[in-house]
Amino acid sequence: MLNIVEIEHLTVQYPDVKALDDVSFTVNKGDFLGIIGPNGAGKSTLFASMLGLNTKYKGKIKFFGQDIRKSKDYLKEIGYVPQKPIFEKNFPATVNDVVQMGLRQESDANKIDEILQQLWIHELSKRRIGELSGGQQQRVFIAKALVNNPKLLILDEPITGIDQQSIELFYSILRELNSKQKITIIWSSHDLDAVNQHANHVACLNRKLFFHGESDEFFENDELVKQYSEASMQEHMHHH
Amino acid sequence: MQRALISGVAIAILCSVIGLFLVLRRYALFGDAIAHSSFGGIALGLMAGVYPLWTAYGVSLVSALVITKVKEKYNISGDASVAVLLSSGIAIGLVIIGISGGFTIDIFSFLFGSILLVSVNDTILILSLTGVILIVVLLLYRQLLYSTFNEEQAKVSGIPVEKINYLIVFMAGVTVVTSIQLVGVLLISALFVIPNVTAIMYGKGFKQTAILSISFSIFSVVAGILVSYIFDITPAGTIVLLSISLLAGTMGIKSAGLLSKN
Ligand SMILES: Nc1ncnc2c1ncn2[C@@H]1O[C@H](COP(=O)(O)OP(=O)(O)OP(=O)(O)O)[C@@H](O)[C@H]1O
Ligand SMILES: [Mg+2]
Repeated sequence: MLNIVEIEHLTVQYPDVKALDDVSFTVNKGDFLGIIGPNGAGKSTLFASMLGLNTKYKGKIKFFGQDIRKSKDYLKEIGYVPQKPIFEKNFPATVNDVVQMGLRQESDANKIDEILQQLWIHELSKRRIGELSGGQQQRVFIAKALVNNPKLLILDEPITGIDQQSIELFYSILRELNSKQKITIIWSSHDLDAVNQHANHVACLNRKLFFHGESDEFFENDELVKQYSEASMQEHMHHH
Repeated sequence: MQRALISGVAIAILCSVIGLFLVLRRYALFGDAIAHSSFGGIALGLMAGVYPLWTAYGVSLVSALVITKVKEKYNISGDASVAVLLSSGIAIGLVIIGISGGFTIDIFSFLFGSILLVSVNDTILILSLTGVILIVVLLLYRQLLYSTFNEEQAKVSGIPVEKINYLIVFMAGVTVVTSIQLVGVLLISALFVIPNVTAIMYGKGFKQTAILSISFSIFSVVAGILVSYIFDITPAGTIVLLSISLLAGTMGIKSAGLLSKN
């Protein structure tokens, strides 16, 4: 079976830090991969490299068997939800406008309604994006990412500003997309428990890749979990 | 008079559409900068005995593209690059005027506009450029909007953001020089910025905001031309004052709480 993503010996060196050090793993169709790692672990850097936003990397990244340096066509099959969607606060775009930006073919306009309904933001469709709460905005950006029926959804988990209820809704939406619509998901998070509960694969990242495999394999191995927690704690203290 | 009104309406539409993208990109004064650099172009044309608007097109397009390239390469902020462009255009213009001993009358009409004197050829040129640019904007609507909203996400969606950026700058250059006849070099950014800032305050979506802005712009230009014709004053000032009063009115309505806050 075709791998969706293959990462081989990925290394990213910024002027001051080595953000990723020889990271290799693959993602198969149907995976719900949770990437865990503390602040500064390189999660966003990994996504930026995968999405063609950072081209200064060593190693190889393949999507659907194709090296991404050769063709950008793979981007059509990907929906991406950034960690911090940055836009002008008073940008004159409604929820509907934002989701429409994601839409490649204008002929699929009723797709927008469908997606908005699925994500429980239908009644917000005429509101301006800047007026919404963090959790609502997050769902709008998920809707934008989904509106083209991507094969792969990449989500960089936002750190702040989302209440417990919205978080639960967010996870249940992700699980449904993965199980019912068979969308492969790569999702970064700080939250070990959440990854344990929802993802079926885990990658532990802290510049280097500690572990990659099925989540049971990781979470049933107390030693591994402990090792990881300690390492990331240390890393955390080191940073502050 | 008829020609003035027709050209005026075309320019009003053009400036508010292109201006909306510039304002949202925090590039509001870019129009001003190109206008000032086109001043250098006009001076060059007058000195060389070429139709000054042609040299203005040339100079302002080249400087717009160069400044975008420089900004990209050396990571200079938008407002700083605008300031550089703005002052160098005027400086070049002044030096050229100085060298050639000064030509006061013509320069004056370019500084403050001369829409009442617009020729048949100019009108045709204005209408065709407006048509072409509007068609390009409609065809590339999603790409223009998306890359203005968020460059990074637009890139991830496969939109050629760099090319789109150049396209916007290029269209802005053409628009500015085309509009010089209406309000002159000094007041062009008013047409780019004021109707859009006003329209954005109404809290609507993108298309409605664009339509509002176009309406405000057309109103100010048409009313401005008529009023200045009746009282025999230069239209540029009247037009800009009218659009400022629309802005002030909108602010008034808004603070009176009649518009939903956003
Ligand atoms: N554009 C950049 N230039 C230089 N250094 C960078 C850049 N982006 C990230 N870094 C550095 O690379 C390291 C990894 O950052 P990254 O944003 O990938 O971490 P992260 O895992 O996403 O963190 P968080 O959980 O806080 O989002 C950090 O030390 C950061 O300071
Ligand atoms: Mg991050």
